This record gives sequence, C-alpha cells and structure tokens, in this order.
Amino acid sequence: MAAVQGTVDRVRSIDVEAYKYGFVSPIESDVAPKGLNEDIIRFISARKEEPEWLLAWRLDAFRRWLTMGAPKWARVEYPPIDFQEIHYFSAPKTTPGPKSLDDVDPELLRTYAKLGIPLVEQEILAGVERPRVAVDAVFDSVSVATTFKAELAKVGVIFCSFSEAVRNHPDLVRRYLGTVVPATDNFYATLNSAVFSDGSFVYVPPGIRCPMELSTYFRINEKNTGQFERTLIVADKGSYVSYLEGCTAPKRDENQLHAAVVELIALEDAEIKYSTVQNWYPGDAEGKGGIYNFVTKRGDCRGARSKISWTQVETGSAITWKYPSCILRGEASRGEFYSIAISNGRQQVDSGTKMIHLGCNTRSRIISKGIAAGKSQNTYRGQVSAHRLATGARNFTNCDSLLIGHQCGAHTVPYIEAKNASAIIEHEATTSKVSEEQLFYCLQRGLSAEEATALIVNGFVRDVLQQLPMEFAVEAQKLIAISLEGSVG
Amino acid sequence: MMQAAGPMLEIKKLSVSIHGAPILEDLNLTVRAGEVAAIMGPNGSGKSTLAYVIAGKPDYEIVSGEIWFDGEDLLELEPNERAQKGVFLAFQYPVEIPGVATMTFMKATLNARRRSRGQGDLTTPDFMRRVREASQMLKLDQEMLRRPLNVGFSGGEKKRLEILQMALLRPRLCVLDETDSGLDIDALKVVSDGVNALRDPERAFLVITHYQRLLEHIRPDVVHVMAKGRIVASGGPELALELERNGYRDYAEAAA
Repeated sequence: MAAVQGTVDRVRSIDVEAYKYGFVSPIESDVAPKGLNEDIIRFISARKEEPEWLLAWRLDAFRRWLTMGAPKWARVEYPPIDFQEIHYFSAPKTTPGPKSLDDVDPELLRTYAKLGIPLVEQEILAGVERPRVAVDAVFDSVSVATTFKAELAKVGVIFCSFSEAVRNHPDLVRRYLGTVVPATDNFYATLNSAVFSDGSFVYVPPGIRCPMELSTYFRINEKNTGQFERTLIVADKGSYVSYLEGCTAPKRDENQLHAAVVELIALEDAEIKYSTVQNWYPGDAEGKGGIYNFVTKRGDCRGARSKISWTQVETGSAITWKYPSCILRGEASRGEFYSIAISNGRQQVDSGTKMIHLGCNTRSRIISKGIAAGKSQNTYRGQVSAHRLATGARNFTNCDSLLIGHQCGAHTVPYIEAKNASAIIEHEATTSKVSEEQLFYCLQRGLSAEEATALIVNGFVRDVLQQLPMEFAVEAQKLIAISLEGSVG
Repeated sequence: MMQAAGPMLEIKKLSVSIHGAPILEDLNLTVRAGEVAAIMGPNGSGKSTLAYVIAGKPDYEIVSGEIWFDGEDLLELEPNERAQKGVFLAFQYPVEIPGVATMTFMKATLNARRRSRGQGDLTTPDFMRRVREASQMLKLDQEMLRRPLNVGFSGGEKKRLEILQMALLRPRLCVLDETDSGLDIDALKVVSDGVNALRDPERAFLVITHYQRLLEHIRPDVVHVMAKGRIVASGGPELALELERNGYRDYAEAAA
C-alpha cells in the first residue's frame, strides 16, 4: 500500500544524527587512568577524602562484582562492555568549593543555557526566585553548584552532593546507604557501589514538607567516562519531598556506560515523589554511540502509610535497562509507577517496575505507556508480588503500547505472584498503532505529520504527563515531540 | 482577496485507482468561487474517492489527470499543504483521537493554519470566543469540546463537529462527504444552517450526497451526477429532483 511504503521510507530517513543536544563542552577534566582495580577505587576514595568505612564498603562491593556476570535476561542486545576501557573518575576543574553560581565556570553555565531545557532553572540563574526549584547540578560526577541551600537549611532539609553528605552527615549516610539497594544487589548496582563518583543526597526531617521541588540535571560530559551516580533520599516520619531528575548528554562516538543507583527511603507517613525526564544521546541512525543506561532505582516504603511515587519520561539512550521499584514494607504503604518510554531509531528499551508487597493492606498502581517508532524495540517488564503476610494487598497495572510504523516492536512481560489469597492484582494491557486514518485526519486539518504524531502521542500519554510537576510536564511534552521527529513524514 | 478569473477547482481527465482497481476514470469537474456544487450518485460511483483525492489521502494512485486549485497543481501538494491553502474535507466518518481534547485539537489546527500564513497564534480568549460563537450556531455543548476528539460522540455530534471545525478554519473549498448520513431531521437542519452561514462569494462547496433531502436545506447552484467513476450529467437544482424521482439507474447504464 502506497501510504505504508511512504511511512517506511520516512522512517528509514530518520536523522537521528541530528540529535540536538550533541555537543561537547571544553572544560578541563581531572581524569583517572582507564581501567578498574582496587587501586583505582582507592584513588577515587582518596580524591574524595572519604572515611575508611566507605572505602571498605567500596572494596567489598568491588570484590563481589568480580564474581558476578552482566544480566542477560533483558530484551536488549549490545556488544560486551570492556570495563577496563572506562575512566572511573573525572572531575571538572572549577575553583575549589564554589559558594554560589557566580563562582561556577561560565562555560558550565553556558552548557546549561545551550541545553535550553531547564526553564525554571534559567529563571533562577537570572535571579528570578519563583517558582522555586533548588538545583544540585551534577556535571560529570561532581556536584558543582547547589542553590537554595540556606533556605532548605532553615527547615532542616539537607540537599547536597553525595560527597558533601559523606563529609558533613556521615551518620545519616552510613545508616541508610545500601539499605535499599545492597552493594551485592546486581551486577551494575554492585559496580556502582564500588566506583560511584558522586550524586545527590536528600534528608527531610520528621514532619517537614520540603518547601520546594528539588531538581538535579545530569550531564555526561567527559569522553569515555562511565557515569556512576549515587542518589540517596531519606524522608523521615511524616515528611514530604518531590525530587526532579532530568538529563541530556552530548553526542559521543563510543558507547557510554551509565550505571546509576537511586535509593529512596520513606519512613512512617512520609511521601517521596521522584520524577525523571531522561533524554540521553540515543546513538546515530545505526544505533552507534548512544548511552547505555543500566540503572537501579528502588524505593523502600519502610514505615506504615508511607508512599513512594516514580514518574519517568524516557526518551533517550541507546539501551535503557531500568526498573524503578517499590518495596511496600510498611503497613498500608503505597507505591506508584507512571512511565512514558519512547523509542525511535535503533533504541532498545527494557523498562518497567517491581512492586513488592510485603506489608498488609499495601497498594500499588502502575501506568506504563510505551511508544515504539523506527526500528526500535520497547519492552515493558514488570513484577508484582504479594507476599504471604501482605494480606489485602492490591495492585492495578495498566500497560499500553503504541506503535508508529511497522519495523518496531512493543513487548509486555508481566511477572505476577500472589502468595496469599486476599491479594487482588489486576493487569490490563493494550497495543495499538497510530493509524493512517488518524494521521490523515490531522493532516487534512493542516497539521504536519510530525505535529500530528506529537499530538496523538501526547494524547496517548496524557494520564502519565498529568503526574509530572507542571514545569516538567511542559518540558516532557516538548521532548516527546523532539524524540519522535522523523518517525513519520 | 484577489483571485484569478479561472475556476477555483478544476479537475481534468482524472483517473484514480486503489490497489490496482480503477475507481475514477477520466473525470472532469469545474467548481467556481461562490458556487455550491452537489455531487450525487449511487453507492460505489466514486464520490468519496473524489473527496479523498482532492484532500490528498495517500492510499490512492493517481493514474493520470490533473487537479488545479486556485491556479496551483494540487497533486503536487501534501495533504496538510492543501489544507493550509484552504481545502477542507468534512469526513463521512470522522476519526477518534483518544486523549486529545477536542478543544486542544482545534486550537492546534487553527494555529498551524495561521502560522502557514505568517500569522501569530491566537490568544486563548480569542480562540475561546470563536469557538463559543461557532458552537452556539451548531448547537454544540461546549463541555463536549473538552472531551477527547470524537471519542464517544454520537454520529450527529461528529458531523456537527466537522462543520464547527470548518467554521473555525474558514476554508476556500469545503468538500462535504455525505455529511447528511446518520443525521436526523433536526440535526440535518442545524448542520445545513451552519453550512449556509458560511456561504460566501469567495468560498465554494462540493456537497457529496445520495439524497435530495440535504439539498432542500443547502440549495446547490449546480448538480453533478456521478456514475462509474465519472461525471455523467450536470445541471441545475432540478436535476436533483429528477434523480429523486427516477433513481440513478438510467445514468448508471449510460456510464456503462
């Protein structure tokens, strides 16, 4: 059929090369030699002036990692990664200890400006105070700018780089680090535990509602640098925090490994809302050069009536291997996962969540929207399990896939386990296509094929977009349009 | 608006097939600015194909022939470019787009059209005012416009929404593909009033229908009879009445 052939041709002509955030900032880096061994780990730990216990923790993880193999169960294909070809440490050279954004390398600020994304953050840079968002900017592994710290300190909220937390709040870090994602958890998380460079730390004291949304923009900047972020967020009893994570990365010739770990801990009656917009370089038209994103994100609803909510918009990376999960340990705790995963070109996405119901009357909700275009493969993999003591556990899962063109694939792989008879688990799944009829209708009203696709896709993902904080939702909507460019004529 | 003296739409010896099967053969048709032209014909005569081909639906193979619109070669333009030049097709079966509010859709299309003419986007109050006026005329509940496009709308609501969009976009050439099908008498009246309100010396209508009934409300200047993929007779409004009495059989035989 002529129309279909047209679509095929258009999809073939996708110019993924035109990745609009592909540029490299010429900032001097302080780079460790390539390769991974105990000396490198000692080097990292020493450079960061870490306490002995943390070095020991890293070395334990490293020794464990040596005995492990990369997971093979995901529906992704990539050449084996040579872990000795990676730099495990790189720190931008800034004047030591910037106290404010004025002290930050202007090149760095220009990089952020070039990204054109952080709408709210740009306002902050320009001195506009509302709406208030605190930015802990992670630039190639080392946090270089932290704003609003004073205001947060007023209510006792700690929001700082991970290294700073190790220095200034060692007891908190030591009490919670690795308690959600143990150092032995999985190949990539264990690697992260051994070599993690930096990341963010948040602690919200009992009863405090964090007065602003906390935001981190990640950038992967140094050539051949593995990015090993470590984020730890603790919401103490009855507190609330909303955390935004957004990323874009410069274009690369070689694949870049990213193996982050995020741990969330919600104590009694606490709530954590974690939102991500991820737009890393997806690779060229053949899928070469994109980011490999192997991330372990997990939240522990440790206290009764606590709640953890993950919302993610995933548009980038050559490979996405990511399952933000909730351990529903506390009685009547709640977990939520809202996801939009878009793949185009040769991207491979294997993403989903795990909702582990341990406590009684725990509830979880999963809304996943996968959109596959080009020659991409998009898999939702989700586990819902209700354990023996999780009486009255309740889950609802809705998993929708949308196909654009007919060389892509969408797959849904649910794992459902109920070990007690009172658990109720629902799973709904649909797969649909953007029909030629819908496209033609939109075109007939004067929209271009790209505008039409973006509109239809935005309609498809609306339920999830609504979960994002407003500024983020606007950004996400634009990102969806950008990432589908070229998917139809 | 200055227009060339020639016809607005001129179709010359148009032959079209789908999956190799010929649908239109050597079709000739001329529509002038300000004219309301009715196209009548039996099922399978190619009326809807003609509408789709004018709008640029991609499934059809143009075997030969030409379509000129305001002096431009329409076949060279993409469907959205045709729309931006002022071609509007009111669909016989308007499609549903889940999750996209009708209002959002209409605003996007209106702004796309404005941008194509170098105009800025409409402000929300301006847009709302236009929608309010048009929806009152078409007796459409504005609440309905907050729902996803055409999802769960009745047949009559879908048809009225097509005319509402037409009123907002103010096209040069309005092609109405069996807009009367599935409408009860009251809805037919509302839709026809909506169309009549848009009649203008600078605008033309191509009204495709099986039945004389619609033409009692929308008075055509010209009636063309279509059979077996071509125009087999043209005349004034009286032709429609004759068809109502005698059916299409004579014409179908003539075309064969």
